Amino acid sequence: MELLSGILMFVGAALALIAGIGLQRFDDMFARMHAATKPATLGLALVLGGAALQVPDAGNVAKLLLVIMLQFVTAPIGSHLIGRAAHRAGTELGPVEVDELADVPLEKKAPRR
Amino acid sequence: MTVLYVLTFAMLGAAGLLCVLRMLRGSSFPDRAVALDTLLVVVVCGIAVDAARTGDGSYLDVLVVAALLGFTGTALVARFIERRGAR
Repeated sequence: MELLSGILMFVGAALALIAGIGLQRFDDMFARMHAATKPATLGLALVLGGAALQVPDAGNVAKLLLVIMLQFVTAPIGSHLIGRAAHRAGTELGPVEVDELADVPLEKKAPRR
Repeated sequence: MTVLYVLTFAMLGAAGLLCVLRMLRGSSFPDRAVALDTLLVVVVCGIAVDAARTGDGSYLDVLVVAALLGFTGTALVARFIERRGAR
């Protein structure tokens, strides 16, 4: 059990490291976002799942599962918001073949609130 | 087991360092926001690994707060970018 949780945490941390390398090596913002969102769900689930096998109390396990659930719900929303905002604000794309959103008309003005 | 923990912490530390480097180099505002988001994930992972290592769950409340605040911050930054542009 201890070894299993150690291996789970190790794999999760390896995913985090891969994301860090991806953040350095990819050369436009959207490719970097693609690299960065892998550990945000799978890596975090692996690490927290591994930790859940080790912590003593059932309440602690519940907290870890709550964090996994929150992250699975919010990570895609956050990435979507950032990507949308960046594309609308005119962040340059890398060497892409087709930008399917290039001729989507913006709304008259970004809603102020 | 200790070797595994040392390796795990080393990889998380390296990942955090690379995120900070990207935040410093940036080139655009959304870039820094993405790097900050990733850095927060790395920090959450680090706290969880430490809780597993010591068998002490008293820091796990921090994880819930960090996960929630991370999402709120990302959403806020996205709103800001939509208004002000990505510089």
